[in-house]
Amino acid sequence: MTSYRKLLRVTLLAAALAFTLPAEAGKRDNSIKWAANQVPESLDAYFNNVRIGVILAHYIWDTLVYRDPKTNEYKPSLATAWRWVDDKTLEFDLRHGVKFHNGEAFDADDVVYTLNFVSKPENKSTTQQNVNWIASAEKIDQFKVRIHLKKPFPAALEYLAGPVAIYPGKYYAKVGPKGMSEKPVGSGPYMVVENQPGRLVRMKRNPNYFKDSPKPQPQIETLELRLIPDQNTQTAELMAGGLDWIFNVPPDQAEQLKTVPTLRVKAGETMRVVFLTMASGDKTPTPILKDIRVRKAIIHAINRQAMLKTVVGESARMINTLCFPAQFGCTDEGAPRYDYNPAKAKALLAEAGYPNGFDIDLYAYRERPQTEAVIGYLRAVGIRANLRFMQYAAMRDAIREHKAGFAHQTWGSFSVNDVSAMTPVYFKFSADDVTRDQQVRDLLEAGDTSVKPEMRKVAYKNALKRIAEEAYVVPMYSLPVYYAYAKDLQFQPYPDEIPRFWESRWK
Amino acid sequence: MLQYALKRAVLALLVALTVSLICFLLVNLSTDVATAMAGEGATAETIDAIRHQYGLDRPLAVQYFEWLGHAARGDFGDSLYFHTPVAALVAERMPTTMVLGAAALGFALLLSIPLGVIAALKPNSWIDRLALTIAVVGQAMPTFWFALLLMYLFGVTLHLLPISGGDTWQHFILPSVALGYYATPAIMRLTRSGMLEVLESDYIRTARAKGLRNTSVLFKHALRNAVAPVVALAAVQLGFLLGGSVVIETVFALNGLGYLAWEAIGHNDFPVVQAVVLLISLVYIVLTLLADLANAWLDPRIRIA
Repeated sequence: MTSYRKLLRVTLLAAALAFTLPAEAGKRDNSIKWAANQVPESLDAYFNNVRIGVILAHYIWDTLVYRDPKTNEYKPSLATAWRWVDDKTLEFDLRHGVKFHNGEAFDADDVVYTLNFVSKPENKSTTQQNVNWIASAEKIDQFKVRIHLKKPFPAALEYLAGPVAIYPGKYYAKVGPKGMSEKPVGSGPYMVVENQPGRLVRMKRNPNYFKDSPKPQPQIETLELRLIPDQNTQTAELMAGGLDWIFNVPPDQAEQLKTVPTLRVKAGETMRVVFLTMASGDKTPTPILKDIRVRKAIIHAINRQAMLKTVVGESARMINTLCFPAQFGCTDEGAPRYDYNPAKAKALLAEAGYPNGFDIDLYAYRERPQTEAVIGYLRAVGIRANLRFMQYAAMRDAIREHKAGFAHQTWGSFSVNDVSAMTPVYFKFSADDVTRDQQVRDLLEAGDTSVKPEMRKVAYKNALKRIAEEAYVVPMYSLPVYYAYAKDLQFQPYPDEIPRFWESRWK
Repeated sequence: MLQYALKRAVLALLVALTVSLICFLLVNLSTDVATAMAGEGATAETIDAIRHQYGLDRPLAVQYFEWLGHAARGDFGDSLYFHTPVAALVAERMPTTMVLGAAALGFALLLSIPLGVIAALKPNSWIDRLALTIAVVGQAMPTFWFALLLMYLFGVTLHLLPISGGDTWQHFILPSVALGYYATPAIMRLTRSGMLEVLESDYIRTARAKGLRNTSVLFKHALRNAVAPVVALAAVQLGFLLGGSVVIETVFALNGLGYLAWEAIGHNDFPVVQAVVLLISLVYIVLTLLADLANAWLDPRIRIA
């Protein structure tokens, strides 16, 4: 079915290219018509966990601090200054003169109400991991607040710069999450003027957007988001001029769209990294992976560079340690490099007592062509990997129940630019930790709980180095995402996959 | 006739119960519902909490009968994803699917009955073969493929019709054609064979012998009898079309029940999946029952058999 649809796409695109009229529907009225294939269950940022919900939150609301996606520096946003009072207390000076879309003036009460509401488990925020580190928020004066943490959490600023949006307290108290979803009100660069759940979200430029915001004053007047589940339909709309911008375009389709003169295609790196986990802990269902020579043979067998060029796509990069390179604490310094060397892989297998290779199940849940390429490389050195492709939930169950020892996995870190959102998930003795190395766990714990950046960096570096030395995982690469849009639209992609249309304009 | 109708109704009820059981078991046995609901990155504790909160740690039989009891009262629970009652979601989306189904069936009838009649009038001629070809293509071509072809031709290339969405009646043209074409072959073949049979019957020969005009014989006498079984078939086809709306609504971004089912599957929203599958199955069962009764009413031999 997949290859059938692929053939269809290529054929239809080729046939249609000659007849397509210019796109750029939005250029005439200074709007951007764009599409997503997911329907957020709620527009309240704390009550949905889909990518499009994360994106919309950045338009409607602001955060206390802003992470510059180019430099990764934190900049003032709703807070003008901040400081660590102690390991578990952050203090913020708030900006004066900011107004929400409904005219409410922003002050400490809004921060306190929002954070205290969403961090209470009984309020059932969907994105608990984004707020469950907050013990409480306290008003010091009208423009000063303190956030008390449950325990030292150095990535707090990263969360406060990303998913932790600040709501108008009075309005939120009155309408609750349901009302906020129906009629979202924030202080962000765009205001929701029409919300048809499951179909369309229309936003207008906020004319009163505070001038010192790190987000530039928006130039595009209207943003119209349509929810179109099928990628082919999105492409057809883009080519017919019904849309100006789409994303998550499959690589083969992106190649075809590059030939359309009215469109531009850009690939952007994302924070999602791909890796193979090899269970070497006591309960492993694949005892063969306990042998470090076998694990190293697997890494040497796979030509990751070639995969980047052939099946992964542009803008992705190879990784040598289990983290996204731009994340705080991520480094491959001192970690061994495993080059593509099938001869060495075979020698290692022979040394381990498997000169004729062995059979093993490889579990996977997405990026199937990439898994199939891995299987090809493994077969070339004698490892006969049998693909077990399934839904994510089923695969995770199998891993946690020690039924799956070898798995092709990915992790997006919830777009949090800190190693604490990535490596500990698989190495801090959670249900997903199939290795259970005490030394790695202690190093990660030290990195996760210290508020001293240099100490954190050292701890993470040593943890990542040990993981690589022991060849516990096969770090593969970051995944790219393809964007296709009208050629006269200025657009810059960023690794956090947030399209920043407040920076865009029509040429 | 009453006895026959009762028998069929009881049988339909048994089929509906079986469908509800299969639907429930498929959803609950295909994966661990609690793990799927918890999503990526959930801890074992979170999964256990969800399992307990939603009563998923109880025996399957208990869960099934509880669900069936509520469903019988029109209460399908709350959507796990949208956090609103499933019944309200279904009611909101149902009209789009009904409009699409009716329009698709209308298109299928408009295309297939004339084709079937013409093919019967000129059996084994080029026009008969053309009609057969249209029917074979309709049956062989996957719906999504045909939908995309229509989209690229009438939307991208000719800019004649909207590609996606459901704001105006024009938005329903391409989806109705794509969906309706699938139902065309069966109706066309039945019309053709019915017409061939009727045209050779004694009363038609008598009508011709009386000197009636050919059009009068054809439309007043032959077609009326030939299309009677088509009415029954059309009812069943409408059930098929409702099932097929999952693909078509997703491709054309129509906010109907099919699209709701697609979303629900993607989000592991099991109460919605169960409700939509059950409702579409029930519609199909009811339509089949009505078709059986119509056939029995038209042809007494069926009720005796």
